[in-house]
Amino acid sequence: MMFSFCADPKSLEGLQWLSCYLTTGTHMSFYGSFLTVLVLLAVTAPVALAFGFGGAVAGRSHVAPLRWIGKTYMAMVRGIPDIVFFLFFIVALDQGLEYLFHFVRCEDLSQPVRQAGEFRACPAAKIPPGSAPPAIHQIYNFALAVFTFAIVFGAFAANVLSGAMQAVPRAQLETAESFGMTPRQINRRILIPQMWVYALPGLSNLWMVLIKATPLLFILGIEDVVYWAQQLGAMKTQTFSYPHPDWRLWYFLGLLVFYLLLTKVSEVVLDRIMTRLRRGLPMAENGATA
Amino acid sequence: MKKLILTTAILALTGGAASAQQVVRLATEGAYPPFNFINDAGEPDGFEIELFDTLCERAEVTCEWVTTDWDGMIPNLQSGNFDGIVAGMSITPERREAIDFTASYYPAITSAYAAMDPDADFATGVVSAQVNTIQAGHIAETDATLLEYTTPDEAVAAVRNGEADAVFADSDYLKPVVDESGGEFVWVGEAIALGEGIGMGLRKSDTELKATFDEAIDSMKADGSLNELLQKWFGGEEAPQF
Amino acid sequence: MSCFETIQAYGLRSLGIGERLLPREGYDLCQQFTLIGSGLIWNVYFAAIALALGFALATLLAVGKRARSAWIRKPCDWFVFIFRGSPLFIQFFVAYQLLVLLPRDGVTLPLGLFDLHVGTDWVTRAWAGAALVLFFNTAAYTAEIFLGALRSIPRGDLEAAEAYGITGWQRFRRIQWPTMLRLAWPAYTNEAIFLFHATTLVFFSGFPAFQQRGDALYYASYFAGRTFNPFVPYPIVAFYFICLTLVLTWTFGRIGRRLNRHLPTNETRRRRPRILPQIIR
Repeated sequence: MMFSFCADPKSLEGLQWLSCYLTTGTHMSFYGSFLTVLVLLAVTAPVALAFGFGGAVAGRSHVAPLRWIGKTYMAMVRGIPDIVFFLFFIVALDQGLEYLFHFVRCEDLSQPVRQAGEFRACPAAKIPPGSAPPAIHQIYNFALAVFTFAIVFGAFAANVLSGAMQAVPRAQLETAESFGMTPRQINRRILIPQMWVYALPGLSNLWMVLIKATPLLFILGIEDVVYWAQQLGAMKTQTFSYPHPDWRLWYFLGLLVFYLLLTKVSEVVLDRIMTRLRRGLPMAENGATA
Repeated sequence: MKKLILTTAILALTGGAASAQQVVRLATEGAYPPFNFINDAGEPDGFEIELFDTLCERAEVTCEWVTTDWDGMIPNLQSGNFDGIVAGMSITPERREAIDFTASYYPAITSAYAAMDPDADFATGVVSAQVNTIQAGHIAETDATLLEYTTPDEAVAAVRNGEADAVFADSDYLKPVVDESGGEFVWVGEAIALGEGIGMGLRKSDTELKATFDEAIDSMKADGSLNELLQKWFGGEEAPQF
Repeated sequence: MSCFETIQAYGLRSLGIGERLLPREGYDLCQQFTLIGSGLIWNVYFAAIALALGFALATLLAVGKRARSAWIRKPCDWFVFIFRGSPLFIQFFVAYQLLVLLPRDGVTLPLGLFDLHVGTDWVTRAWAGAALVLFFNTAAYTAEIFLGALRSIPRGDLEAAEAYGITGWQRFRRIQWPTMLRLAWPAYTNEAIFLFHATTLVFFSGFPAFQQRGDALYYASYFAGRTFNPFVPYPIVAFYFICLTLVLTWTFGRIGRRLNRHLPTNETRRRRPRILPQIIR
């Protein structure tokens, strides 16, 4: 309770009612969930970039199986809608981990893990353990979501980075070769440093895409902004302290504004970075078509 | 909308002093007043929350509430993300094939139609219901056209904005909606009893947990405390009784 | 029920033809493939209608964003900003909530001589409402792609046109528009693919399924919910989408080659942009 006059909500009116309404525990959770979105973005972006880098390098590898893995990973996002992947992957990941742990930690391995439609890993194999405090469960679920996001957006990033690697002028690489550099040296000293400039337009676009994908957290079961907007906006009867009609439209318009602001700010910042990086660089096509 | 993995544990009910005690994670929807809802303080509240508060104490287990989306509850139970479903889930033969239920702690629910127009055509018109519920299953078998929503309040909103002619839901859920609508909503048609009552959903392999809760529920039925709770949450004299 | 009978009963279920009730037992592979495939009709419908209409609107928006008059430019800028700057997921929610606010009995437009009565109850149905959102959404993304292409048309092309006395509308239709299309095509192909993927969001946000007629993902989640096993239905959806994405890529590749057919092959390769900032939505 933020204000003392909020003790008896049903007697309030007008602005007082609104100020009490907007400071309830549920609303505080709602405001907190905006932070969840920002944390997700901050954590996912570098992890996805790392996955993308791995994918792009693997896709160029001279070792055939590695190359196939890289190429398949990059092709995946072009074929499968991300939401399908989300729905499927997060369960697969959770169960897969517990399946592995089942064989490491459980004593009785006579029974199959999957039987009669149930997934029966022994208690010791549960992640997190059933007795763990709620906060641990929360963090684990959030980590699963971050990992899932990173896999999908890593595949996007791999596409961008591998395009950027191809965009580095061949002459640069050939010159390095004529200086007697090994392929490894060429990669580390010439290709990768130059690649970033070419990758930047694609990566900043990817950042925007990532922002716009965050409402999918809701589908992964995280109590994010969409969850709270649904929960708070729904019609409330007299069972609740602050009864009100269906206000979902207003809550969702609020979310719309939040996302528009977030993308706008990102756009301005990324534009600045891009102009700075481009200064003095011979980017003939100025970031290709767009 | 589907949340496959379950989500946030909200609060440990009984003080977690005894760490050796078994922790039972209970899933609820938090959007189905008066059975379960998230109150304005952000905590789970309602008939089922209060009931299991007592039940867990009697069974001497530590219970932890987890809110999760209705649609993914049974799959999540099966894969072990929590140990019990306490979400106004009616016992039906179809669900029994997949999971087990404790003894019912609420008698067979009556479901009813509510509409804005007293002459609404609920028999062959468009009727809204929450997806994967006993009510949605019932409407799918009638001549009416089923309109499915992920949450119960969306199903009500569908009637308010004219998407559907009537909403078909648990009459206990609809009652405050109809009573407080100032005459906007009216009951139409006959109320229908569906299912075998509401029980706590459990994995079939968790026979011990089932026995523990069965015993606790029976003890609350025997001493009348369950009936008291029913009266408290479901309109006094009219409340269903065991 | 044999598989053939299943296909007969559920093959067009998403359109309301065939069995009225969804299957309550069995849930075998044939059932899942049939019903999810039936839902795919909706994904293809949404993608086709949004792409066809979006293409036209995108051209207008791209030209509008280059207009000198602020009265034309600003609305186009805002349209593109709102639809590109916010998640499609939220757009579906908001659109549905806004559309249900329209008066149920329809709107009467006084047109002077007579009153035109327009019914509005159909706009909240997914086939119209969700298609509208997808149409606006793809138009905004495509407009940005087209705008980039318009800006990178070589000056020489336009000067040459002027030297031949081709100006105004003729210049746009015969020089600018075809060149724009050619330059934008690879990026537009990506937009088409990801719009097609985005159609899976329709029944997951905002729009309710009418009489259990939904898209591929709607039926997949039905099966996942009934069998408690996500490992069969979701990969089936993925399989269908991979196949259709290949068809889409092939079709767009054919069109792209046709657009570039007058250019010498090495020219085509040089012209094709290698980094596509627009590659994904």
